[in-house]
Amino acid sequence: MSTHFINFNRMKSLYSWQSITLLIFIVVLVSFKTISSSNNVDAPNISPESETAFHTMMDVLTHKRCVNCHPNDNIPKQGEDSHAHRFGITRSNGVSATNCNTCHQSSNNNYSGVPGAPEWALAPQSMAWEGLNRYEIARVMMDKSKNGNRTTEDLMHHLTEHELVLWAWDPGIDAEGNARELPPVSKEDYIKAVKKWIDAGAIIPEEK
Amino acid sequence: MKISFNINGNTQTVDTDGDTPLLWVIRDVLDLKGTKFGCGKAACGACTIHIDGEAIRSCSYAVKYAEGKNITTIEGLGNKENPHPIQQAWIEEIVPQCGYCQPGFMMASAALIEKNPNPSDQDIDENILNICRCGTYYRMRKAIKKAAEIKSNSIINS
Repeated sequence: MSTHFINFNRMKSLYSWQSITLLIFIVVLVSFKTISSSNNVDAPNISPESETAFHTMMDVLTHKRCVNCHPNDNIPKQGEDSHAHRFGITRSNGVSATNCNTCHQSSNNNYSGVPGAPEWALAPQSMAWEGLNRYEIARVMMDKSKNGNRTTEDLMHHLTEHELVLWAWDPGIDAEGNARELPPVSKEDYIKAVKKWIDAGAIIPEEK
Repeated sequence: MKISFNINGNTQTVDTDGDTPLLWVIRDVLDLKGTKFGCGKAACGACTIHIDGEAIRSCSYAVKYAEGKNITTIEGLGNKENPHPIQQAWIEEIVPQCGYCQPGFMMASAALIEKNPNPSDQDIDENILNICRCGTYYRMRKAIKKAAEIKSNSIINS
């Protein structure tokens, strides 16, 4: 009888320690989750309107008119199939007698089919987008250590006003005289979407 | 529209559509026939000239952008009495075969040795992207290296 009583007390003590341990574990887990959520730039609390604006913007930024000049291998891409630039063109290594402006000027040339816009050049290596999905591109774009130290305000101006970016809606004709493909969204809708997304806090939605 | 520029040391003013390729102005208006029309798509390099010292494909360069610029064509690179090192090396290495593409090659090569006084084979491959149907590439490579040597010797001697 006394043996039974002692065992019962032991069990009670064991259960209470197990409960306390479990409680501590849950508290730690919840705290960790809260901290990690508050540090996460991809916070899920994005409004449906802002998320729609994000995807409208990214439908453009993932288009070949943009990504062809954001290569991940220092080789510019060309055409609707994003093939490597003809003639073995690569990003200039040091002094180069042949560069983008040997052929590309500040406007399209409809005689030769060579495209052109002000500041025609490859995006810097830190801004490589080729091979990334839309969420990864957005993260690279918003990262000041990779985006040329641009603030969100700077990015808004760059994305909606820079002539080289807006060239995507006036890409001219190719060497065969065929019109280059336009991005899937009109310039006006794209600009509205960029501004709406940035005004709403430039939150990158969770990857789906 | 009226466009003024300096070409081979002479000031010229032309009155034409600003989008006209500079190559057409050079050949048909200014009657400088040394610069050649090859593909018309900035691919072969036969039309290469210098604008403010940079190698440019003139078939893909609207004349309106030439306003106020300094242009050099093969006629202005050097002359018989005082050839450019590239011209001298081209003669010594007997580079040309049919010769049609050579002015473009020589202009591109002159721009290269101006920026890179001692180009390696790789430098030549990466910068001289012109096309020669006769396949004179091997002799051109030797000539470019010889020209770089002539140029650096002339700098030392002067």
